[in-house]
Amino acid sequence: MSAAANVIYMDNNATTRVAPEVLETMMPYFSDLYGNPSSMHVFGGQVGKVVENARAQVAGLLNADPSEIIFTSCGTESDSTAILSALQTQSDKRHIVTTRVEHPAVKNLCESLDSLTGHKHRVTQLPVASDGTIDLQRFEDSLGVETAIVSVMWANNETGVIFPIEEMVQIAKDRGVLFHTDAVQAVGKIPIDLSKVPVDFLSLSGHKLHAPKGVGVLYVRKRTPFVPFVIGGHQEHGRRGGTENVSSIIGLGKACELAADHITKENTTVRALRDKLEEGLMERIPSALLNGHKTMRLPNTSNISFEYVEGEAILLHMDRFGICASSGSACTSGSLEPSHVLRAMGVPFTAAHGSIRFSLSVYNNEDEVDFVLDKMPGIIANLREMSPFWKNR
Amino acid sequence: MWEYTDKVKEHFLNPRNVGEIEDADGIGDVGSLACGDALKLFLKLDDAKEIIVDAKFQTFGCASAIASSSALTEIIKGMSLVEAEKITNEDIADFLVELPKEKMHCSVMGREALEAAIANFRGVALPMAEGEVVCECFGVTDLEIKRAVEESDLRTVEEVTNFTKAGGGCGKCEERIQDLLDEVRHTARPILIPMSGPKRMTNIQKIKKIEEVFEREVRPTLKKDGGDIELIDVDGDFVIVSLRGACVSCAKSQTTLKEYVEKKLREQVLETLIVEESKI
Repeated sequence: MSAAANVIYMDNNATTRVAPEVLETMMPYFSDLYGNPSSMHVFGGQVGKVVENARAQVAGLLNADPSEIIFTSCGTESDSTAILSALQTQSDKRHIVTTRVEHPAVKNLCESLDSLTGHKHRVTQLPVASDGTIDLQRFEDSLGVETAIVSVMWANNETGVIFPIEEMVQIAKDRGVLFHTDAVQAVGKIPIDLSKVPVDFLSLSGHKLHAPKGVGVLYVRKRTPFVPFVIGGHQEHGRRGGTENVSSIIGLGKACELAADHITKENTTVRALRDKLEEGLMERIPSALLNGHKTMRLPNTSNISFEYVEGEAILLHMDRFGICASSGSACTSGSLEPSHVLRAMGVPFTAAHGSIRFSLSVYNNEDEVDFVLDKMPGIIANLREMSPFWKNR
Repeated sequence: MWEYTDKVKEHFLNPRNVGEIEDADGIGDVGSLACGDALKLFLKLDDAKEIIVDAKFQTFGCASAIASSSALTEIIKGMSLVEAEKITNEDIADFLVELPKEKMHCSVMGREALEAAIANFRGVALPMAEGEVVCECFGVTDLEIKRAVEESDLRTVEEVTNFTKAGGGCGKCEERIQDLLDEVRHTARPILIPMSGPKRMTNIQKIKKIEEVFEREVRPTLKKDGGDIELIDVDGDFVIVSLRGACVSCAKSQTTLKEYVEKKLREQVLETLIVEESKI
């Protein structure tokens, strides 16, 4: 099952297909137009102009200024850059506020700060409710004079739950605390207007919105104190050293332009497909639980636990039909414990091990949803038949 | 994505002997929902209660857990109880050609279920469950860990986690697992007992001891390669020797002196000795 033609791809929160238009835009920069954007000659300089065009396209999607866009290698680099910058520009502040459900890019960085910087840091990991939402009062209470930065994801990669970033930024701003959001899952799926939401830093990743892997963006609001993470040449106005990943940057620019066009479709067509899939599965399969808030959620994501069966076994049976999805089970993560996100939400172990995440895109269609709805009940029933817990539940 | 062998995939997609046995002679129930895998094994014996005539299972878990259960039932069907008692987790893994190392605990679960089923038939308690719980996250006892270390020749905490799950949760028990590894493998760092100053010996005592070691160990070894050694003098910690025979022209003679002769003397005579070749 390796041919793309036979695949029903519902794992778009893991990565997305490169849009054909994006690939087409990128191609010349792998061959004829190989110049270095930093060069003095016209041959290189013309590439520099296209990179600047891409910067404007990214800024356009976020309603930001192009000068606020820094190209990086990935979302993780953007996250590290933002958090480490905030700590370096405010060396007297050693407290960070984040949540228990962050992506490892933020979570593991915050947990490694002491050994990384040689200083003691205090990290507040805010808890979430059973539907994955956050308590704003608790957030407000966690902020103090020592707080250097807040880093809270815009939308959760596993459940799709959206945090109220607009309100949270306001609370942080009132206390003069810098605000970073990992918006890797949100960009392109829900409208984001940075002229209205005054975050200081925002991370996004190319391969989550139909651009290639290996390119990301860190948005840094004008006048925000900034220290670079990758230090080297004068690229990105000295804010990120290293020769630009030109073709991928151009691809990302195009992908952002497409995303702006697709945002309505994401919130209508894709949402309708997701809802049909979700409601269909919950209706046809007993003991299925939805993980995450029903409405405050990305339009493409559905995380469902099938009790008394294990996620990896489900995924491998789905794989036989070419259906691609993910699981929060321990076995798929390589660790022995299920997803930290589901555990933070208090999802019982009986359900956490059997969680499946479906994440759709504009490239999915109703036939595919029907196919999945047709196959899933049999897969779950078959595994439950084998499970010692099903009969005596 | 795990790299599963075709045999694992075969037994996962088409597991053999799934189900229950109504009048089973022994039932082994191991694992739990919380741990992420569980196996219930049913054994049916012949009239003489010696041969396993049928085995069925129910498993909650990943592909390798299901495949390991299926493999286990295939292995033990038709086997005598005495033979079945000798089955190890390695036998289950071998039957499946190979399991990813992170998944070896699935084969261990198979072996545990088999033991539990046999103990259930005999009406005896499971010895493994009686140990002291080391890993609270997965409820693994010291006896289980020690046994896995012995049976599968485990060397690191990570390997112990792969085989038994112990240490795979909060990780608080990692130090205790290391202690158990040291205990079983005798790899514990030697405990230093402070002594009252270095050992003292007279030159005569040294010469006598050195000659003994030469006679007993060093000469026979060197002679095998056509060489020999003679003690010329002992001056404090300096042991002056002369090499003979093939050793004289051997390019490695200095290495032999330092790595072998000196090492032997330090071990068996005095730790401070330095071996040098006679310049005469």
